[in-house]
Amino acid sequence: MSIDKETARRVAHLARIAVADADLEPLARQLSGILGFMEQLNEVDVAGVEPMTSVTPMAAPLRADVVTEGGQPDRILMNAPDARAGFFTVPKVVE
Amino acid sequence: MSLTDLTIAEARARLRSRDLGAIELADAAIEAAAGAGALNAFSSLTPDRARRQATEAAARLKAGDAPDLCGIPLGIKDLFCVEDAPAQAASRILEGFRPPYESTVTAQLWQAGAVCVGKLNMDEFAMGSSNETSVYGPVVSPWRRRGDTAPLTPGGSSGGSAAAVAGSLVLGATGTDTGGSIRQPAAFTGTVGVKPTYGRCSRWGIVAFASSLDQAGPMTRTVRDAAIMLKAMAGHDPKDSTSADRPVPDFEAALTGDMRGRKIGIPREYRVDGMPAEIEAIWQQGADWLRAAGAEIVEVSLPHTKYALPAYYVIAPAEASSNLARYDGVRYGRRARLSANEGITALYERTRAEGFGAEVRRRIMVGTYVLSAGYYDAYYLRAQKVRTLIKRDFETVFDAGVDAILTPATPSSAFAIGAMAEADPVQMYLNDVFTVTVNLAGLPGAAVPAGLDASGLPLGLQVIGRPWDEAGMLDVAFTLERASGFAASPEKWW
Repeated sequence: MSIDKETARRVAHLARIAVADADLEPLARQLSGILGFMEQLNEVDVAGVEPMTSVTPMAAPLRADVVTEGGQPDRILMNAPDARAGFFTVPKVVE
Repeated sequence: MSLTDLTIAEARARLRSRDLGAIELADAAIEAAAGAGALNAFSSLTPDRARRQATEAAARLKAGDAPDLCGIPLGIKDLFCVEDAPAQAASRILEGFRPPYESTVTAQLWQAGAVCVGKLNMDEFAMGSSNETSVYGPVVSPWRRRGDTAPLTPGGSSGGSAAAVAGSLVLGATGTDTGGSIRQPAAFTGTVGVKPTYGRCSRWGIVAFASSLDQAGPMTRTVRDAAIMLKAMAGHDPKDSTSADRPVPDFEAALTGDMRGRKIGIPREYRVDGMPAEIEAIWQQGADWLRAAGAEIVEVSLPHTKYALPAYYVIAPAEASSNLARYDGVRYGRRARLSANEGITALYERTRAEGFGAEVRRRIMVGTYVLSAGYYDAYYLRAQKVRTLIKRDFETVFDAGVDAILTPATPSSAFAIGAMAEADPVQMYLNDVFTVTVNLAGLPGAAVPAGLDASGLPLGLQVIGRPWDEAGMLDVAFTLERASGFAASPEKWW
């Protein structure tokens, strides 16, 4: 499966990672190489096989619907690059 | 011989008999770590915390309330959140991050009286097999080839952990293993590395790479030490919904060295083309040792082995792309500096481009691709089906009465730093060929040193156990350790 420059651009955008235009071709080649390695999986007969969703057979545990912690805005904001008035702040999202 | 050359078991005995003080031992480790800058094994040192914990440990030892790890100096892989110590996962994108919480595994270690010497260097976000992708720079293995000063890798991603244990900077270290990141560096450095059954240790507070594959585990100089550490690290955690609600056995009590009645499987598909003769020889030697201890050795087949690496390199990057989506410059870590007209998309795209290293960016993008519309079925779903078949291969072998499986741990001994720099990424991935199957199947696996190669570098063997049978697996590893008499340690050049 060969990845072209436009697909590489689309994937980079989906991943929200900026890639300079000049780097898109090399990226496409590298991704193609890695994905080529995975082509081998097509040799396997997977008819009737369930995809593995749980490594160890277990049901997702439930817990009581009660608040167990919270009310500590300082700790939550302490690593924020830009926190103001108790909020995380970012550049304007909606035009 | 330095105090830090003691095993955990030896130190435990001497601490309890008052022959050795906890503060004295902590100081020895702090000094050893401070003097080992050339190895670059630590990402940050925590001497004040260590001394404080050692003082508390000394009081507990005096009062006669001393759990196994009380007063034992350990190193913690940077991937674990230790409260108020830096946790960067060796990445620029988490620079400055200091967690206001403690991972469950490390909380258990501190409750047991262990002493934190520092955070250990690793591959960025645990993605790598040589500790060369770290923002802190590569770890240099304490091992060197005979008559050669070229710096070697300690393996990865838990390279700092392996180097710190092998170099006697600490008595034990925590690692994490997603595709082999505990077992491969243990094999490269002549140490013991254990990845428990998926769910045995809590993942809460450990920076996530691939949620269905990650497991924390101990890295030590002996199997007994690994058993001691694993017991303290393991256990159900309600904060981790994938952690198993199962009692933790006394792994140390299971170490008998008696293999009578045990059946050990040798999987034919692990004999790969181009495998070095020395690896083949040590594998055969391991089987002979187990046979001499009373085990029945049988050849078994794990037919889907060759598909494990490609399946892993679909599933792990896919899960990573999801887990690493949270690093967006909003709530923690690095945020890109923007110009006045740049908005939220630029914030995400430039923060992540600047913050993630090349290997991490590559894997996120592979993962994004295989999960994207139009490709999900062809890649991710298919890989998940192959994963079911890989697990089923092991179940079939275990159902036939096999207690544990013996394989090589790595396809070579440690290689030089920079040796793979020009190779394509897939070449580096091949380092994990013997280890990824174990993560895909959720099984416990242990690497134990078995001998040295012609250039004087360690070679390890891998034992794969039945689900939840870390005790049985460790007993096989213990038997190999006793038979090999492996006592080599790196000559101190740093």
